[in-house]
Amino acid sequence: MEINSDVFVSNTTELSANGKKPGKIEVRNLNFFYGEHQALFDNTIDIEPGKVTAIIGPSGCGKSTHLRVYNRIFELYPEQRAEGEVLLDGENILARDVDLIELRKRVGMIFQKPTPFPMSVFDNVAYGLKLHYKLSKSELRERVEKALRQAALWDEVKDKLNKPGTALSGGQQQRLSIARAIAVEPEILLMDEPTSAIDPVATAKIEDLIEKLRGKYTIVIVTHNMQQAARISDFTAFFYEGHIVEYGVTKELFTRPKKKQTENYITGRFG
Amino acid sequence: MKKRSALPRKIFDKIAALLAYLAAFAGLFILGWILYTVAARGFASFNLAFFTELPNPPGIEGGGLANAILGTIILTLLATLIGTPLGMLAGIYLSEYGKNSKFAEWARFFSNILMGTPSIIIGIFVYTFLVVPFGNFSAYAGAVALAVMMLPVVARTTEDMLQMVPSAMREAALALGTPRWKTTLQIVFRAAKSGLITGVLLAVARISGETAPLLFTALNSPYWISSLSEPTPNLTVTIFNYAMSPYEDWQQMAWGASFLISAGVLFVTLTTRFLLKEKK
Repeated sequence: MEINSDVFVSNTTELSANGKKPGKIEVRNLNFFYGEHQALFDNTIDIEPGKVTAIIGPSGCGKSTHLRVYNRIFELYPEQRAEGEVLLDGENILARDVDLIELRKRVGMIFQKPTPFPMSVFDNVAYGLKLHYKLSKSELRERVEKALRQAALWDEVKDKLNKPGTALSGGQQQRLSIARAIAVEPEILLMDEPTSAIDPVATAKIEDLIEKLRGKYTIVIVTHNMQQAARISDFTAFFYEGHIVEYGVTKELFTRPKKKQTENYITGRFG
Repeated sequence: MKKRSALPRKIFDKIAALLAYLAAFAGLFILGWILYTVAARGFASFNLAFFTELPNPPGIEGGGLANAILGTIILTLLATLIGTPLGMLAGIYLSEYGKNSKFAEWARFFSNILMGTPSIIIGIFVYTFLVVPFGNFSAYAGAVALAVMMLPVVARTTEDMLQMVPSAMREAALALGTPRWKTTLQIVFRAAKSGLITGVLLAVARISGETAPLLFTALNSPYWISSLSEPTPNLTVTIFNYAMSPYEDWQQMAWGASFLISAGVLFVTLTTRFLLKEKK
């Protein structure tokens, strides 16, 4: 689906922490199946590098299903299957020979519920680092601190790095998950309703954080909260019953939707 | 409309509650009776010699069951070393890989059958495979028989405990680029740790009181254990032999051994309760 390029979007793409450009995703004719049931139909969309793209739509429209294809996490469940192409910087990640470990290092993910691992705050962030890099103790400490600072969590946890991750509050746990994800320096961050399980104050902190990460990472965020999509995203895709109904610059989509269905949804007539 | 009297209902309610209390009390009473009898009679045999000396022939004062105590500990440890990894691997397969596949369903079905198999049959089975071909009773054979008994229990609790770990935990680990096996062993296992330990301890408690699987495998012996490929002294078969004997001092020894085993099982069970509580 082509983007409404007539609207100006500020071009602030920076180099990400590892000196690489944020990744670019092009989805071509993606179909998705839960067993016999088809959940996504011919999804075609270009995700702009270094930008925040929101995916909105009513419950069960396939938002999360779509997002979960980008890192092939759906393959944990053998009955789920994707067809079509998802190109990450031109390379089809749905190809059989793709190294999933490498793919998931490049494409990080934050889930709806905060999921601290059953270990200390420090080890939570260090876990992914140790997995992908050979680091000395001091390098490891540095990288953990850097990730926690990036996730705006350092000041709150610097005195409890040895406490279990589960001892933090819900909002802190979610920022810990973000720190864990960005510690391995991905190019893309997928966020699946990252604020739906936490309180408004913590939500505001996460939104601030997304604002800070903008430009360094390509961020795709699924949200059922339209105000949130309008606040934080550059582009918005509206999903309905497995189809991408409309995709464009966020301001444009919310103020002058091109499709009737989009208008009905954003004005609260259904969903 | 005529109002129905509430009295019969109230009376019936009281009777039902009373019956429930009585049933619970009867169960506890019998357990208490058994434990009291074993403790009262058994404790009398406890002295230094009981824990440090070999058994004496009937009629000769003194002696102990040190060899049988040691033998039971060795058999239980050996069985745990064989049964735990196998059972856990089976549980990992059922929970993480097999799930609802045909093979996993069959494995689960046969595991349940194995759990219900009378222990004496497992003893005879191991007898034909490990005792007859090698020509002698051994600690190995005894440990294998006990391990076979442990297997389905450990497999089942491992599967149940891993299933209790939310799939979001697995997804979060995999999404970070963690390989599947590391996700299972480093993240899911750690999240289920206390439950897994509980499962193993319960299985240990279960096998440490078994007699039938040892009758045909480890047999028994009045001497110290000198090699794992010889008949191995153990408490349960000693209880069986001594309690059936006509000698009063042997019968007294059997009471002591019974008390020791009961106390051991009770200790392990209480430890698991404690571990489970700590988890919550």
